[in-house]
Amino acid sequence: MLEVSKLKKSYDKLDVLKGVDLTVGKGEVVAVIGPSGSGKSTLLRCINQLERADSGTITVFGEDLMHTDQRGRAVFADAKKLHSIRLRMGLVFQNFNLFPHMTVLRNITEAQVCVLKRNRKDAKENAMRLLEKMGLETKASAYPCELSGGQQQRVSIARALALDPEILFFDEPTSALDPELTGEILNVIRNLAAVGMTMVIVTHEMSFAHDVADKVVFMEGGDIVDQGTPDHLFGEDASERVQQFLQRFNR
Amino acid sequence: MTSEQIGTLFGLMLQYAVPTMKIFAYTLIFSIPLGMLVAQLKMCRFKPVSWLTNLYILIMRGTPLLLQLIVAQYSVPNIVKSDICPGFLRDLLGGIDIRSESYTFNMMLIAFVLNYAAYFAEIFRGGIESIPKGQYEAASALGFGRLQTFFRIVLPQVIKRVTPACSNEIITLVKDTSLASAIPYMEIMYIAKKQVPTYASLLPLFMAGLFYFAFAMVLTLLFNIIEKKLNYYK
Ligand SMILES: Nc1ncnc2c1ncn2[C@@H]1O[C@H](COP(=O)(O)OP(=O)(O)OP(=O)(O)O)[C@@H](O)[C@H]1O
Ligand SMILES: [Mg+2]
Repeated sequence: MLEVSKLKKSYDKLDVLKGVDLTVGKGEVVAVIGPSGSGKSTLLRCINQLERADSGTITVFGEDLMHTDQRGRAVFADAKKLHSIRLRMGLVFQNFNLFPHMTVLRNITEAQVCVLKRNRKDAKENAMRLLEKMGLETKASAYPCELSGGQQQRVSIARALALDPEILFFDEPTSALDPELTGEILNVIRNLAAVGMTMVIVTHEMSFAHDVADKVVFMEGGDIVDQGTPDHLFGEDASERVQQFLQRFNR
Repeated sequence: MTSEQIGTLFGLMLQYAVPTMKIFAYTLIFSIPLGMLVAQLKMCRFKPVSWLTNLYILIMRGTPLLLQLIVAQYSVPNIVKSDICPGFLRDLLGGIDIRSESYTFNMMLIAFVLNYAAYFAEIFRGGIESIPKGQYEAASALGFGRLQTFFRIVLPQVIKRVTPACSNEIITLVKDTSLASAIPYMEIMYIAKKQVPTYASLLPLFMAGLFYFAFAMVLTLLFNIIEKKLNYYK
């Protein structure tokens, strides 16, 4: 479903991604872990077109988002194709990025109406259905500032789901939340995994990654150092570096 | 002074309050959209455009509005007379009747609009730049186009953020319209000053002051209401 290979990205002289390879199959849940500054967010941002990678290939849904020509220059799909690819992917941010001037309902319906051109009534029904799933049906007419962090993050997940993405990316969805609130978000993601949603989740919640992910990827210094099943990565035969990182993490 | 005289004076002042409000309204109608455009130009990634725009803003904010108003009045005849004026421009400007009332008004309005657009542009730019990057990223991830993002997501938030600064600017404009009297353009300040010797009294000036005060008060109240209305979110 998603295939990234030899992806490189640098800011000025700083190489943030040094040739990342990643495959995500349909229905697969991939957790990305690694120390701060290792390039996890940048990887997600390149795949979601918030950033342009310097070279490498990204193929999603069998479509060519970018590749590299013989001279080593990045070639991107045309704007129309990029747009159609973008609509099939969803991204959930660490700090929610809800639109503060819109009600919860409007946050979820706006893109359905303006981007997907659904009629307002259908968009509303869809939004209410999602809000119910998130346990937020009573908050439809509230503004984001009136919600707790956990509620805001649930709204932002609903907002992404409203466009029916085929793959959903999370960039540290619980890092901005109080520890008591992370559970509610992790549960939402668990439920999505249970219904077969394809997801890539950058997270520092190791036990969650262990439980939910089909595959765990460990990134450091712009490279994927190790990857495999959770049992492999969190087990004895993971690479030494991973064990080191996890040890420090558990302390 | 008889009450009849006071009544006549009051009528006269009211009559000349109309041109004052005309300057006020026209300046706002043109300078706010122009300010929005200037703000965009200043944020233009093509540097020469941004620099030129910045130069314009610096000049408008760094020199007195009164000077700009007077320069505007003298501009056309002086350009036409100058040796370096290209022929087509001379033909174009030569046809303008610089003694007509509409010339005085239009040139004055140009100066007011250019001056206020510079101030509004800086307010709008500050507002636009204060919108967190995450808003653009969320919009982009959801597939909103550039214009949709600006008009549906950025602009409504900018409006809320710039309203207090704009209300300041607009209330200043009420009082700045009085500079037109120096051109001279016949508005309430001009007539008030002229009536002082006639009536041998400060009353005309007092009435003009009262008019500006009431006008500014009404706007203050209006903006209080608007700001409250915009407080539906934080
Ligand atoms: N826009 C940018 N300009 C310059 N450097 C950047 C930019 N964005 C990220 N970087 C740098 O790229 C490196 C990787 O950043 P990235 O955000 O991808 O790391 P991360 O793995 O997500 O870290 P964290 O766990 O802290 O979120 C960091 O060293 C960061 O300073
Ligand atoms: Mg990050």
